[in-house]
Amino acid sequence: MNRFSLSGRAATLAVVAGAPRSRSPFAAAGARFLRNRAALAALALLLLIVLACFVGPLLLTNNAIDSDWSAISLAPTAQGAHWFGTDELGRDLLVRSLEGGRVSLEVGLLGTLVSGLIGVAYGAVAGYAGGRIDAVLMRVVDMMYAIPYMLIAILMMTLFGRAFYLVVLTISAFSWLDMARVVRGQTLTLRTREFVDAARATGVKPLTIVARHIVPNLLGVVVVYASVTVPSIVLTESVLSFLGLGVQEPMTSWGVLIEDGAQKLEAMPWLLLCPATMLCVTLYCVSFVGDGLRDAFDPKEH
Amino acid sequence: MALLEVSKLGVRFARHDGGPVDAVQDVSFALESGRTLGIVGESGSGKSQTVMALLGLIAPNGTVTGEASYRGENLLHMRTRELNRIRGERIAMIFQDPMTSLNPFLTIERQMTETLQLHRQMSRRAARMRAIEALESVRIPDAARRIGMYPHEFSGGMRQRVMIAMALLCEPDILIADEPTTALDVTVQAQIIELLRELNRERGTAIILITHDMGVVAGLCDDVMVMYAGRTVEQASARALFAAPRHPYTVGLLNALPRLTDASDAPLRTIPGNPPLPGMAGAGCAFAPRCAYALDLCRRERPILKEFEGGVRACHKPASEIAGLRVEVQA
Repeated sequence: MNRFSLSGRAATLAVVAGAPRSRSPFAAAGARFLRNRAALAALALLLLIVLACFVGPLLLTNNAIDSDWSAISLAPTAQGAHWFGTDELGRDLLVRSLEGGRVSLEVGLLGTLVSGLIGVAYGAVAGYAGGRIDAVLMRVVDMMYAIPYMLIAILMMTLFGRAFYLVVLTISAFSWLDMARVVRGQTLTLRTREFVDAARATGVKPLTIVARHIVPNLLGVVVVYASVTVPSIVLTESVLSFLGLGVQEPMTSWGVLIEDGAQKLEAMPWLLLCPATMLCVTLYCVSFVGDGLRDAFDPKEH
Repeated sequence: MALLEVSKLGVRFARHDGGPVDAVQDVSFALESGRTLGIVGESGSGKSQTVMALLGLIAPNGTVTGEASYRGENLLHMRTRELNRIRGERIAMIFQDPMTSLNPFLTIERQMTETLQLHRQMSRRAARMRAIEALESVRIPDAARRIGMYPHEFSGGMRQRVMIAMALLCEPDILIADEPTTALDVTVQAQIIELLRELNRERGTAIILITHDMGVVAGLCDDVMVMYAGRTVEQASARALFAAPRHPYTVGLLNALPRLTDASDAPLRTIPGNPPLPGMAGAGCAFAPRCAYALDLCRRERPILKEFEGGVRACHKPASEIAGLRVEVQA
């Protein structure tokens, strides 16, 4: 028995037959993304690079550490499967580029994840709370902006030694600032939307409103912004490594390889060109994918 | 004791330059159980802010004064936690624009069950069943399937039905409808008003209807409060008000209704001029600059709200002279 039933006269509307299957806004954005050829190609290439970096070193006969004494400072060649050549210690550059790529991508993805989590939580709370809380939280962000991250990075590395997790930590500690600002701005406009008022009017708690009503509406912006953050973090890591502050030998990264290659550019140009090309291609792909996501989430494209 | 009793309600906003803006001043009304109250006035007359204040939805730069008691509990001095027990549960609100009142990223089900899980501690499954019933009661066809859809898959009228269904979930004592039909087609408007009427008659839900459509008020409301520039200018039963408006502004609003007997090319009868900007009203009656019957006194001194034949009015002009200004209205 329907306890809500009303006997009245208001017209009952005809049932719409065969209405299309329900689709969430995310699914709709996904479908739009899949129609974007350029972004799709970039995504495929990116996945290929990621796969190669993580799985490739396991499949190749050479490894990143051992020297091949019969092949020192070799230009790219089929001999001994040194497709990218070798460095002056006879280490295979292809494997080292893949290994370095794995480290760089790990830093990039982990850093983006951490900065995204902190940035979204921080920005959404600041934007939704507003007033004094917002002012205090955002002044903290402003203060952090004023600290030169390079100085902190140098300090951390000299105090605690060069370690992978320290690189991620240092980069994440600063890269969430932009995300927090973007998210806060977006939250400020979302906060005035009527569905947030409606949620408040039905007695939903503030933190629940942030988590359930604000954050899902932010995800489009966050995903797009994250795709910009990945390359910036990979580049930051490269810069740190280039300055000798990044990961430690024999571990390597694209930054380390490029630094190394840059010093021997005239004698062995492949040492620079091979890892640099991989880095550039990866960053281009991420940017393309990010552009595609932005278009897919753009309400004007609907 | 009335279900909801509001006295001397005021809402004041702080401007960026620090100056105060009074959006609502000295508003009092009482709502008995099962009654319907219409709050009428032009845009910016403080109608929405009045009810937003009751539910603690005023923007952070606003302060609320006066008293508003729901069953003897003062809503205005409550902590958010206490207020959350009442809003959504005992007093529900539907908003003007159904296109933006629903979260575009959540299914209708998720948004409806949220209220029930919150106030009734229902399981997800029970809440879903209840939500489907509520959707059926507002005549959403195929509710069991549609409940899994997203807001963008509903038309405006359907979304407003969803909003009403959501408001009904906890069977509130009071339903506040803030211009529920403004964003809808005329034919859909009629259906929504009909729905509200049934709700009031069959379940005894008291309704506060905010509107600037006098026709809607005539069709639905027992009592009417007319607001202008943040103040009540006239308050009476709908019957009395439509039969004999006692304030020049009310007369103007009623005259502005187009009538079937008008020639089709006759110009609409508007009230000349615009309402004063908030905080810009002078010492006299805020309506005086637009009032055809304003006396010198009106510009100097603000008329106070006085009891008059079962209602209240705020006007210096004797009511007998205003009643004569009335134009025939089909209520």
